[in-house]
Amino acid sequence: MAELTYRDAVIRGIAQEMARDEDVVFLGEDVAKAGGVFKATVGLYEQFGPLRVRDTPISEQAILGAAMGAAMTGLKPIAEIMFSDFFAVCFDYIANEFPKSRYMTNGQTKCPLVVRTGNGAGSRFGAQHSQSVENWCMMIPGLKVVAPSSPIDVIGLLAASVRDPDPVIFLEHKSLYATKGEVPDGEILDKLGTAKILRPGKDATIVALALMVPRALAAAEKLAKEEGIDCEVIDVRSLVPLDTQTILGSVAKTHRCFSVEENPRLCGWGAEIMSIIADEAFYDLDGPLVRITTPHCPLPAADILEDAILPTVDRIAERIKRTLNS
Amino acid sequence: MSKKPAQSPALNDDIGEATRLELYRSQVNIREAEQRAYDLFLQNLVKGTSHLSLGQEAVAAGFAVAMKKGDLSFCTYRGHAHTLARGVPVEKVLGELMQRDNGLMRGKGGSMHLTSEEHGVMGSYAIIGAHLPIACGAAWRAQYKKQDDVSVCFFGDGTTNIGAFHEALNFAAVWKLPVIFVCENNLYMEYTPIADVTAVPSPAGDRASAYGLEKIVIDGNDADVVYRAAIKAYDKARAGGGPSLIECLTYRHSGHSRADPAKYRPEGELEKWKERDPIKIYRERLKAFGIGDDVVAKIDADVKRVVDEATEACKASPNPPMDILTTDVYADGGFAWRN
Ligand SMILES: Cc1ncc(C[n+]2csc(CCOP(=O)(O)OP(=O)(O)O)c2C)c(N)n1
Ligand SMILES: [Mg+2]
Repeated sequence: MAELTYRDAVIRGIAQEMARDEDVVFLGEDVAKAGGVFKATVGLYEQFGPLRVRDTPISEQAILGAAMGAAMTGLKPIAEIMFSDFFAVCFDYIANEFPKSRYMTNGQTKCPLVVRTGNGAGSRFGAQHSQSVENWCMMIPGLKVVAPSSPIDVIGLLAASVRDPDPVIFLEHKSLYATKGEVPDGEILDKLGTAKILRPGKDATIVALALMVPRALAAAEKLAKEEGIDCEVIDVRSLVPLDTQTILGSVAKTHRCFSVEENPRLCGWGAEIMSIIADEAFYDLDGPLVRITTPHCPLPAADILEDAILPTVDRIAERIKRTLNS
Repeated sequence: MSKKPAQSPALNDDIGEATRLELYRSQVNIREAEQRAYDLFLQNLVKGTSHLSLGQEAVAAGFAVAMKKGDLSFCTYRGHAHTLARGVPVEKVLGELMQRDNGLMRGKGGSMHLTSEEHGVMGSYAIIGAHLPIACGAAWRAQYKKQDDVSVCFFGDGTTNIGAFHEALNFAAVWKLPVIFVCENNLYMEYTPIADVTAVPSPAGDRASAYGLEKIVIDGNDADVVYRAAIKAYDKARAGGGPSLIECLTYRHSGHSRADPAKYRPEGELEKWKERDPIKIYRERLKAFGIGDDVVAKIDADVKRVVDEATEACKASPNPPMDILTTDVYADGGFAWRN
């Protein structure tokens, strides 16, 4: 058992998989000799050498295209896109190529690869280096989409993603890189498509993802202490596949559900979950389904503004309290 | 065109008789199958879109015949020719164009996505430029695993103006990948002449120096010329010499896609290029090397018979069944996204 940062968990996860399987290779901008702009790949180049850990030009299409060609022909590439906002310049691969090749070819083409990327706000980088783009990916048939919130999940879900036969978008939250958690020794392997109940409760279910998970947990503590409201907090972890059973099971018990989403409001993953609950658990509900999101607005750079636009612990707690009391 | 006298028996040159007959058969096979596809379209039996390579057969045949088993082809929507050239049965290709159950992908891909991995056809890509980086990745795997196959990526002149082309060229050059980029310059993108929208006269050739590559512009209507250029590039790639970019000058006899009557072409241009029809050139070549008319006629007849049989098989094939509608979205065979 050791305390590890989320950042070091990324390194350990990649190293675990590269040590296990020679077909796992890693490419991206500044990832090898420099160890990554977020220092989340330090030491991999030294450990696995220049053939397996490769610096690329600033060519996002070439990075993802090369990862796909390698995956189709037998490797298991991990590709890094430095900031998830840059998905917009290589979206053809994410939207058209990775996810559709298997279907279009009647099952001939395989695409076992992982795209890792720094996602999310909190770094005061402004509107083009801070977005939460999980919804851009979730809507595409053929992709899997994963977003861990803790170091142990980073390792276990990254390992599961590398071993998964489908293309996986692996969203690391930039504001979580410095956070710490206990991680056991030895190999860690988790399962995609499994949500985790992090805090059991009986009055309301909160579903959250990535950076919103610690905030939802803090809001739940605050509500318990100040209002006597007992929330169950679920870390969704994997948007595709989606563990609806854990969520529906929780709602059957609490009869209330709130989502906490960092993404801008329209078409957020929480809307999909809420629609499933409305379809399948309507008669379990004692009140409205409520989404707590960032507004339909680009992200500002200034710390004071950025802090105000994301769902905060206070805003989450306040909204839940108001809804339950009305 | 060969200026050799008809009696010249110099068939044991670097190409040789057997390969020449293979080059001829391949071109005729493509011509016959694509002409058939066009006829079937006129009968409303080929659905959706289709992009023919009539007039461009020498490029497909030259590169494919020069390949070794295990070499990989990456094609565009104009990929029937390259697919057929790797030995994929005509019936499978026509079946896909006719959207029948006997099609290469049982109708799930359509004419623009012909793929047959068992023949080394690693896909046909319909987003301009997408497959150049993908071919780099396949070549990277060969380099990493010390396998000696070459990845060959075919695309049009118009493709040289999209970012992925430039990203892939630089990437392949820097990583010294065993990949060949083949630009089929047929003078047009969809309807616009390439010269109207490109800063240099040779859309691929004049870009080569930017990536430290040799400028190679060849006659794409002469299968011998194409074959020789291909062999040279494959040898270089297999020897660890890195990528090549080859521009093949050619011309499509039909419109861009089935919907296009190609009215934008100046008068006389098509006729001029038809004089340089690759199949005409190659028939004369075979004659010049002393190959008998009977041998040529037999190849023509064999090809036609196979295409006729394929046509009938496709007409008789049922539509794709509904039970494949949502299969193979994920590797588990299905499309489940939730529990
Ligand atoms: C990214 C993208 N832009 C535009 C198109 C539409 N389009 C299809 S084919 C084509 C022309 C391509 O020209 P060229 O590369 O010369 O190939 P050719 O069709 O002549 O073989 C265009 C513009 C597309 N499929 N993808
Ligand atoms: Mg063209």
